[in-house]
Amino acid sequence: MYVSGSVRDGVLHLALAGDWRARDVPAIEAELAGLSWQGLASIELDPSGLGALDLSGAWLLHDFGQRAARSGAVVSYPGGIPEPVRLVDRTLQDAAGAGAGAAATAGEGTLAGRVSALGQTVVDRLRGGRRALEFVGESTLRFLAAVVLPRRWRPISVARHVYDTGITAIPIVALIAFLISVIIAYMGAQQLQKFGADIFVVDLVTVGVLREMGVLLTAIIVAGRSGSAFAAEIGAMQLNEEVDALKAIGVVPNEVLVLPRVLGLVVALPLLTVIANGVGLAGGALLCSFLLDMPLVQYIQRMQEAIGPWTFWVGIIKAPVFALLIAAAGTYCGMQVRGSSRELGRLTTVAVVMAIFLVILADALFAVLFMEIGI
Amino acid sequence: MAAAAIDVRGVVNRFGRQVVHDGLDMTVLEGEVFGIVGGSGSGKSVLLRTILGLHRPQAGEVRIFGTDLTRLDDAELRAVKASYGVTFQAGALFSALTVLQNVQLPMLEHLSLGTRARDELAMLKLRLVGLPPEAGSKYPSQLSGGMIKRAALARALALDPRLLFLDEPTSGLDPISAAAFDELLIGLQRELGLTVVMITHDLDSIFRTCNRVGVIVDRKMLTDSLEAIVQNPHPWIQAYFHGDRARRFGVGHGA
Repeated sequence: MYVSGSVRDGVLHLALAGDWRARDVPAIEAELAGLSWQGLASIELDPSGLGALDLSGAWLLHDFGQRAARSGAVVSYPGGIPEPVRLVDRTLQDAAGAGAGAAATAGEGTLAGRVSALGQTVVDRLRGGRRALEFVGESTLRFLAAVVLPRRWRPISVARHVYDTGITAIPIVALIAFLISVIIAYMGAQQLQKFGADIFVVDLVTVGVLREMGVLLTAIIVAGRSGSAFAAEIGAMQLNEEVDALKAIGVVPNEVLVLPRVLGLVVALPLLTVIANGVGLAGGALLCSFLLDMPLVQYIQRMQEAIGPWTFWVGIIKAPVFALLIAAAGTYCGMQVRGSSRELGRLTTVAVVMAIFLVILADALFAVLFMEIGI
Repeated sequence: MAAAAIDVRGVVNRFGRQVVHDGLDMTVLEGEVFGIVGGSGSGKSVLLRTILGLHRPQAGEVRIFGTDLTRLDDAELRAVKASYGVTFQAGALFSALTVLQNVQLPMLEHLSLGTRARDELAMLKLRLVGLPPEAGSKYPSQLSGGMIKRAALARALALDPRLLFLDEPTSGLDPISAAAFDELLIGLQRELGLTVVMITHDLDSIFRTCNRVGVIVDRKMLTDSLEAIVQNPHPWIQAYFHGDRARRFGVGHGA
């Protein structure tokens, strides 16, 4: 029991008891809600029996007083107002503006609110597009400026990124290339065996891996690994004001943060693709010799016939372009991080999705291009 | 004499071969403002983390209101953590939440309040630390340094703790804001009967707010009243309270 009430001479007398602390608020609230002062003009509160009274408890008393006053009853403390209640009363005195915090977001439900939200989104998207364009433009200019000044190539930084994005990715890239080519060979063999055309499995694996699968899978893995890492690294630096520090030192963030990553990945991705191609072909050979009883010599012979003058280059030529897209998406998203940890997470996700989308889009364009020029 | 709110006995903290605290004792009485002072790297933050139960010392005991933290399991520690409020050096407000949501987070975790009570109580805490109501719907990145410190204090007060830890509450504030923060703190401490432990380097702040001061020197703590500690012959303490910076302030009492 926190409150016990009795009526004397038209006055509701409430004796308070127990501890009124933050953790007791729900129970006390329930008890206060059960009180009725219908027809009574005056309520007297007696806090003498209270144990502890903290601010949350005092707020309940303050709130009770306000509600009573609204229904025309006068609340008084014959024994003096407890100090915490006095503090709450004083703090919330000019509470007229207290609703302003909630009101700031109020306009959302209305039609006008929705229209303006839509407009805001469109404007934000357009601004985003312009920022991306600015980013690409500035990075290109920085790159061109750096090309003529080898001192600005930052070889150590580039090497670090080649290591981080390339060397450390070898195991996973090799494993996935191996497994995918085994799957292609297996599925292909199942179908081709029906026509007695087993030998064409070799063409399927060789051409498939060299032209498409090797580079595409590598690019997608790297987009997931390094695209996200770029965005998170640069984004965290943004949150820590490290990017501002760079600017203040007179260093162009674009030059030290973006260019080494782009260059590093442009070097690393073609090398990774070569490894993925090699492992992929080996995987195909392994499956053919175990499952189709095809001697290795025959496989290699057939492979040499399947590889045209352009087969390898068609694949490898795409790698630097994919690298450029992945690195640009990652670093761009990282640079856009502002303010909060949630923004960092969102933009890291955007970086990966954008990178993979751009890679596949570019791959489609390449396919059309190569078909048109007939290689 | 008031009871001890915090009683630290013989705490040893070691990281590898580096000994940070070697038998450190510290007692904070209920209702006082206790300042922790020490050179950079003297282990003030480690001590704070130890008292908060975020770091387990290699030896010694840490009692908060009589409960020894070093012997508690996670569930029991959680109950102790609801009994104190902390502000961290850089504010450590959750950047993905608004200021009001930041204040409500401890309430959500530890109390089962209705939405209205939670909103109103959080708003009360914001007003209490002198933030305008509009600040409630802002994100931490939209606040000034002084407002972040105040918002962090509001979050620390969310559960109406009797004990408050402040890690460099006035660092990074201009002298006027720092003085205003000190006044706010003194007012709250007096009116809510809080026990306050604060790490600070701000001499003005120490002389304005603290009843007693603990100085970490030589991996131990020397504790005394402010008047007495400035007379301590230890060279670091002499340099701290009577150095050029202190004298320039005119706060080097008895110098």
